[in-house]
Amino acid sequence: MSNHTDYVLAVEDLTVSFDGFKAVDGLNLYVEKNELRVIIGPNGAGKTTVLDLICGKTKATAGSIKFHDRELTKYPEYKIVQAGIGRKFQTPSIYENLSVLENLEISFPRGRSVWGSLVFKRTREVTDRIAEVVDMIFLAEHLYAQAGLLSHGQKQWLEIGMLLIQDPELLMLDEPVAGMSVSEREKTAELLGKISQGRSVIVIEHDMEFVQRIAHKVTVLHQGKVLAEGNMAVVQNNPKVIEVYLGH
Amino acid sequence: MDGYSLSDLWSILIMQGFSGLSLFSVLLLMALGMAIIFGQMGVINMALGEFMTIGAYAVYFFSKMAGKYFPALMPYYFIIAIIAAFVIAFLVGYAVEYLLIRHLYKRPLDTLLATWGLSLIMQQVFRSLFGAREVSAVLPDWLMGAWKPTANIDIPLNGLFVMAISIVVTALVVLFMYRSSWGLKVRATTQNRVMANAIGINTKKIDRITFAAGCGIAGIAGATFTTIASTGPTSGSLYIVDTFLVVVFGGTASLFGTIVSAFSIAQAQSILTFFMTNAMGKVVTLLTIIIILMLRPEGLFASKVRK
Amino acid sequence: MEYVNKGRMMSAFYNKWLGGKKGAIELAILAALIFIVMPLWLDIFRLNLVGKYLTYAFAAVGLVMVWGYGGVLSLGQGVFFGIGGYCMAMFLKLEASDPVSTAHQTTPGIPDFMDWNQVTHLPLFWEPFHSFAFTLAAVIVLPVLFAYIIGAAMFKRRVGGVYFSIITQAIAAILTILVVGQQGLTGGINGITDLKTLHGWNINTDSAKYLLYYVNGALLIGVILICKFILSSKLGRLLLALKDKEDRVRFSGYDVANFKIFTFCLGAAISAIGGAMFTLQVGFMSPSFVGIVPSIEMVIFAAVGGRMSLVGAVYGTLLVNYGKSAFSESFPSLWLFFMGSLFIGVVMFFPSGLSGLYETYLQPRLANWSKTFKNRSGQKIESCSDGAAK
Repeated sequence: MSNHTDYVLAVEDLTVSFDGFKAVDGLNLYVEKNELRVIIGPNGAGKTTVLDLICGKTKATAGSIKFHDRELTKYPEYKIVQAGIGRKFQTPSIYENLSVLENLEISFPRGRSVWGSLVFKRTREVTDRIAEVVDMIFLAEHLYAQAGLLSHGQKQWLEIGMLLIQDPELLMLDEPVAGMSVSEREKTAELLGKISQGRSVIVIEHDMEFVQRIAHKVTVLHQGKVLAEGNMAVVQNNPKVIEVYLGH
Repeated sequence: MDGYSLSDLWSILIMQGFSGLSLFSVLLLMALGMAIIFGQMGVINMALGEFMTIGAYAVYFFSKMAGKYFPALMPYYFIIAIIAAFVIAFLVGYAVEYLLIRHLYKRPLDTLLATWGLSLIMQQVFRSLFGAREVSAVLPDWLMGAWKPTANIDIPLNGLFVMAISIVVTALVVLFMYRSSWGLKVRATTQNRVMANAIGINTKKIDRITFAAGCGIAGIAGATFTTIASTGPTSGSLYIVDTFLVVVFGGTASLFGTIVSAFSIAQAQSILTFFMTNAMGKVVTLLTIIIILMLRPEGLFASKVRK
Repeated sequence: MEYVNKGRMMSAFYNKWLGGKKGAIELAILAALIFIVMPLWLDIFRLNLVGKYLTYAFAAVGLVMVWGYGGVLSLGQGVFFGIGGYCMAMFLKLEASDPVSTAHQTTPGIPDFMDWNQVTHLPLFWEPFHSFAFTLAAVIVLPVLFAYIIGAAMFKRRVGGVYFSIITQAIAAILTILVVGQQGLTGGINGITDLKTLHGWNINTDSAKYLLYYVNGALLIGVILICKFILSSKLGRLLLALKDKEDRVRFSGYDVANFKIFTFCLGAAISAIGGAMFTLQVGFMSPSFVGIVPSIEMVIFAAVGGRMSLVGAVYGTLLVNYGKSAFSESFPSLWLFFMGSLFIGVVMFFPSGLSGLYETYLQPRLANWSKTFKNRSGQKIESCSDGAAK
C-alpha cells in the first residue's frame, strides 16, 4: 500500500469483474499534480472501464481509488464530480435540446441542489465565466445555437467546455479527437495544452501522433493490467507493447 | 387460528396450496406471455389481459357450439378450444404488432398508454359481442370432480389439468427459446439487434412473431382461466398488474425466475386469502412485492451485465 | 432608483412567471375563459360541472410537470387527488356530524357510515381533522410525504421508466382496495358523502358554488404561475436535460434522484389541491377517483392537451371530460371506443396534443394575421419574441 499523499489520483489493486470476466485486473495507477497522462492500449484492454470506475459509472469489485486521500469507490457519481473530477465520454454527451449557453450554464458549479437550481440567477459572474469558456472552445459564435445542431467536432469541444467550466482538478477525456478533421485535431491539441495548466489530465487516445504531442507520460493497458509505463519513446520501443499492438 | 388442529392446518395448507395452483397456472402463463414480450423486447402490453379474455371467450364459444351442434364432441372440445385460443390470440397479436406496436419500440411509456387504449377498445368489443354479463363455458365431465388422496384433502381435477397444461406450455416455451432456431434468432435480436440485422435475421419479423406468441400464450392462460372463474369483458384487466409484478419480481431476464415468482406469489395470495379476506390477502401480497422490489429492483434472479 | 427597481421586478415577473409575451397571452385567454366566459355562458349547474372538470385539471397540470418535463409517467395521480379529497371530506364530514344533527344515531357525534358499521367511537386518525388549519395543511403535507417516500424509495435506487409506472399503478390499486375494504373507517365504496357546511357556511347553495368555482379557478391559475416560474429557472432546464441524458446530468454534479423526487412531490401536491376542491364543489369523495382507471384518465387529459403545455393540460381536461359526458348521454357504448382511440391517437399521431396542433397550425396563421393587420395600420412590424423560457 502506498503512503504517498501528494498523488492527485492513486488507484491501487483495482479490479472489476462482470460475471467472471475481469475487465480490469489488479490495476495500479498514480497520477501526479499537473500531469497529463495518456492511456493507450488495444481494444478491450479496459481503458474506458478504468475511467468508468474512477468517475463512479461502474462499481469496482475490489481495490481502491483515492483522490487526494478521499476514497472514491463508495461515492455516488455526482459526489465524485463535486469533489473535482470531470469526465468526457467517448461519444459526445451533451444536452441536445438546450443551447450551447444553457449547456455550459448547467455545468457551472453552483446551484446543484434542488433549491439552489430554483433560485439560481444568471449573474455577471456566471455569464463572464461562460463567455470565457466558450471562447476557449472556439464556439463563441454559436453561443445561442441549439447544441444538437453542432457538428461532431464542435460537440466534442462543447463537452470539453462543459467539463472546463466545472473547474475540476482531475480531467478525464475518452478519445477527445475521435472523428475530428486534421485542423480540428490541431485546435484540440492546443486546447488541451491550455486547459491542462494547473490541472491533472488523463486522456485515452488511439491516435499516436496526437499522443506524442500532448503526453507527459504514457500508460499502456492490456487485458485489464498495466503493460508498460513511461514516456512515449520508451513505451514505443518496449517489445511487449510492440507485440501486443502488432498482433499475436 | 384457533379451532384448527395441526393436521387441520396442514390439510388447509395443502388444499389452499392446490387451489393456489390454478391461480399459479394462470399467472404463470400470463407472466410467460408478458416476459417474452417485455423481457425480450422491452415493450409492455397493457392489453395482455384482454388477450387472455380472447382465449377465455374462445373456450366459451366452442363450448356453446359443441353443446348446440355437436353434443357428441363435448368431451373433446376443450382441447380443440385451447388450441383455438392460442391461434386466435396469436393472430390478433400479430395484427396488433403490425398496426400499432412496431411504430413505438423506442418509446416504452407511450406503448404502455397505447396498449391501454387498445385494451379499452377490446373490452368494448367483447361487451358488444358477448354482452356485459359474465359467461361460463360448460366444462367437460372428465374435468369435474376431485381427487381425494386422503380423507381431508380434496384436490379438484380441473386444477390439476390446468397445471398440467401450464407445465406443458412452459416446457414448450423453454424448448423453443433454447433449442430451436427461432429461439436462437429471438435471443440474438434481444442481445444485439444491430448485429442480428447485419447477419440477415429479419428482426422485424422476429419481433412480430414474438409479440404474437406472447399474446397467444396469454390466450392459453384465458382458456385455463375458464376452469376457475366465469368470463366477462373486464376479466383480463384484473390480472395485468399482478402479471407485471410477477415478471419484474422474478427478474425480467430469467424464465426460471418468472416460474419461481409466479409460484410464490400465487401461493402467498392463496394462503393469505384463507386467513384474511380476499381483498386484504391481495393487498398484503402486492405490498410485500413492492417493498421487496424497492429493496432489490432487479428482482430475484438477475445477472450482472455491463450496461 | 425605485422606478428602475419596479421596472426590473415587473420584467422578472413577466418573463419568469408568465413566460414572456406568448405565455402571458395564453394565460390571459385561459383566465378570461374561466372567469368571464364560462360564468356568463353557462347556468350554475353546468358551471359547477366545469368546476369539477377544472379540479381534474389540477392533476393534469401536475402531470405536465411530472411526466411532460420530468419524464416520469405516474399512473397513480389519483392517489394524491384522493388523499387531498379525503382530507377535506373528513373535515367537512366531522362538521356535518355534530352531536345535535346525529342525535338519532346509536353513537351521536360520529359520521353516519361509522354508525352503520357499528363503530362506537371516532378513530384516532380522524381526530385532527376537526381543525380546518390542520386539514388545509394535511391536504398538502400528507400527499407530499407519501410521494416523498415512494419517490425516494424508487428514484434513489434508479427505478424508472415502465417499472415506476406500473408500481404507481399497483399502489393506486392497493390504496383503492384498502379504502373500499375499511368501510367503518373510510366510508367504503360509497365514500364520504352528505357534506353540508364549511365553518357554518353552506357549500350546497348556488352562491356557494359560484364562489367555490372562482376560488378553484384562481387556485388553478396560481398553480400554473408557480409551475411556469419553476420551469423558467435552472431547474426547468435541468428537467429537460434529465429527460434527454440522465447520466450526463449526474456527471455534471447533480443528484438526479432529488430532482425527480421534487417534481414527483410537486405533482402530488398539485393533484391533492384539485382533490380538495373537488370535495368542496361536488360535495363528496369516493374511492372511484383514487384507483387505476381515474389515474390513467388524468394522463390522457394531459396528453390530449399537450404533455408539455401547462395551459394545454387545462383545455385537454375540459375537452375530454366534455366528450365523456356527451358520449355517455348519446352513445354510451361508443365511449370506450372513443377513449381507447384517444389513447392510441394521441400517442401515434398527436404526441404534442392540442398545444402542438396550436403551435404548428394555428399560431403561425394568427401571427401572420396580426402582422398584416399592423402593416395596414401603418405601425412598425413587431420583432419576433425573445426566447423566453415557457
